[in-house]
Amino acid sequence: MNLFAQEVPLSWYLLLSAALFSLGVVGFLIKRNLITIFMSIELMLNGVNLSFVTFAHQWHQVKGQIFVFFVMMVAAAEAAVGLAIIIAIFRVRATLAVDRIDRMKL
Amino acid sequence: MNSSLHLWLIPLLPFAGFLVNGILGRRLPKWMVTTVALLAPLAAFGVVLQTTFRSFTPMELRSWNDPGPIPALLSLPRIETFGNWINAGALHIDFSFVLDQLSLVMLLVVTGVGFLIHVYSVGYMSDDEGYARYFSYLNLFLFFMTVLVLAGNALVMFVGWEGVGLASYLLIGFYFQKKSAADAGKKAFIVNRIGDFGFLIALFLLIANFGTLTFTEIASKLAYPGWQGGVVTVIALCLLLGAAGKSAQLPLYIWLPDAMEGPTPVSALIHAATMVTAGIYMVARLHPLFDRSPFALSVVGLVGAATALFAATIGLVQNDIKRVLAYSTISQLGYMFMACGVAAYSAGIFHLVTHALFKALLFLAAGSVIHGLGGEQDLRKMGGLWRKLPITFAVTTVGVLAIAGFFPFAGFFSKDAILYAAFTQGPGGKLLWAVGLFTALLTSFYMFRLWYLAFLGKPRGEQQHVHESPWSMLAPLVILALLSISGGWIGIERFSAFLAPSVGARVPVPSSLFPVPFTHFHLSLEELLSIVAVLVALEGWAIADKYYRRKPASPAQLAAALPGGYKLLAGKYFVDEFYGAVVVKPLIGFSKYILGWVVDVGILGGAVWLLGAVATFAGAILQRWQSGNLRSYAAWLAAGAAALLLFVLAPWNAVWPLAINFIWKVAGH
Repeated sequence: MNLFAQEVPLSWYLLLSAALFSLGVVGFLIKRNLITIFMSIELMLNGVNLSFVTFAHQWHQVKGQIFVFFVMMVAAAEAAVGLAIIIAIFRVRATLAVDRIDRMKL
Repeated sequence: MNSSLHLWLIPLLPFAGFLVNGILGRRLPKWMVTTVALLAPLAAFGVVLQTTFRSFTPMELRSWNDPGPIPALLSLPRIETFGNWINAGALHIDFSFVLDQLSLVMLLVVTGVGFLIHVYSVGYMSDDEGYARYFSYLNLFLFFMTVLVLAGNALVMFVGWEGVGLASYLLIGFYFQKKSAADAGKKAFIVNRIGDFGFLIALFLLIANFGTLTFTEIASKLAYPGWQGGVVTVIALCLLLGAAGKSAQLPLYIWLPDAMEGPTPVSALIHAATMVTAGIYMVARLHPLFDRSPFALSVVGLVGAATALFAATIGLVQNDIKRVLAYSTISQLGYMFMACGVAAYSAGIFHLVTHALFKALLFLAAGSVIHGLGGEQDLRKMGGLWRKLPITFAVTTVGVLAIAGFFPFAGFFSKDAILYAAFTQGPGGKLLWAVGLFTALLTSFYMFRLWYLAFLGKPRGEQQHVHESPWSMLAPLVILALLSISGGWIGIERFSAFLAPSVGARVPVPSSLFPVPFTHFHLSLEELLSIVAVLVALEGWAIADKYYRRKPASPAQLAAALPGGYKLLAGKYFVDEFYGAVVVKPLIGFSKYILGWVVDVGILGGAVWLLGAVATFAGAILQRWQSGNLRSYAAWLAAGAAALLLFVLAPWNAVWPLAINFIWKVAGH
């Protein structure tokens, strides 16, 4: 009996997805470095993506897959803009610690 | 002839004049302003004349000799409706005009005298900067006055009523740079508000009790004998308050003497001939109400008699030529109220018409004197003007004779009609008659006093550049003088026969007042009364002659001999001061301290301050939320998401009882 031939249960995927998302949330909340926070956001997005794909597979619906493409696309755009902003902030403030970036004005 | 009479043209023509002169007047050349200003009332007068001749043929007008009802070509009253105005539940008010004998007479006076005064104003106001403004206001006044007169229901009348008040305010305060003029305008407006309050209450009561404001419907509902006294009295008294405000009766007459701050033609048109008679017109128009309330009628009569006497006594000692005429106007309006008080509405309207003629004449003549003297209004500085202002002198003489009630002049007929009507109304009427007769004596005295002081004797002031007025001013004077002579010849019996369909035939019509037949020696009652009245007028003249011609020093001696009485009269019974102390001062005090400090600063200001303080305090706490710290925002976001999840997913049916139970236990039960 081939262990891998057996279907991985749905709940495993969902648990993994929830774990990824929660890691993202916790990282977002506790990390100070802007880039790390940024990465935490990506983690949350991908956690959600995973659950999309899971359900798409489960219900034999392609919509979930398509949605994931959209999310990835938006995440890519967001990454481009976000990194640009981070660079701009770093140039002005010479730091990336969010606790010290608490003013809108210079 | 059933086609429309186009009654709407009558008010709308002056309104067009108001718009043109009011909007463009300052940019138009002066001759164009004059043309527009004169054409508007002239055209309106033309429409009124045409309406008259479409209602009554000249032949029928001539056949008035038999005092029966005058047949009309059209069925009068004729109502023209221009659409529905107010629809509220059971209440329907149309925008309607009514044409009947009463409104026809008033229209002829308003537009006819109005046009003459417009002509006069061209000369009088020729040097004034506000020439176009003046004429636009004057046209506006004619618009509202004709609306008032034509109104088919009380609400339309109220529109005109308020509108003439506005025009009056604007024209009294015409020289608004002068503080006294601006104050006089405000005073007129505010005192009239008090009267309008009564009028409005009467309107509400009419709606509540009759469900309509249309004059004809009110009259037909009042035909049921069930309406008597009670609420009808209340309505009539409220209406009287309104009429007393507009027509300057006790106790609201105080604004009229001050209204003399306006240009003199305005005093003639608005504050003597037309607007101030609106109260009498209103009483006559709503006479079915008054007829149903003997008490209200007696109050009308008493107010009129008291005002007539009161104002005449003040008029005795005034030194400003226009103020003498102003008090005389109040007094004459009192006569008209007296006539209404004995239900002799047509006698009141008759006096209204003749008074409009001779009082407009007197005011315009006074204006001519003031114009000739370059603005001097003090009688003590005039004297001997007859030589320099011969035409003005002549027409003033006509006016004085007319108002004093000498035989062939207009005032004789109308005043006698009122006195006769009063005399034949029982003991109360006799009292009114006696007061009226004594007032006639005073009237004759103060008018001849004015005449002597202004025109006869020796000049007492600077009279270097005195000049007679231009013909644009003299022509209306001459026309009005001719009308003041002949205006009464129509006779009360024909006049009341004409008006009977509008105001009822309750007028005691003398059997023959004109021409006075001397075929038999036996004098009838009305002839006797007429002779008494003329004798009284002669007596007034004689007294004036004694004091102001033969012994010019004696008035001062008399004043010195009776300092208290003279002071009382010269101070106008100190009514203004009394109102100032009793009404105005407490009102100002109340406004300043109670309303100003307690309510405005304390309650309103405090409430605003409290709201502001709460907002500031809440903001001070909430601003900590906006720390700018990204991680704190994120934490709130996460907490919010968690709370939302909890709210959606938690099994509340199970949780709530537990939670309440827990709180219950914690609370100590």
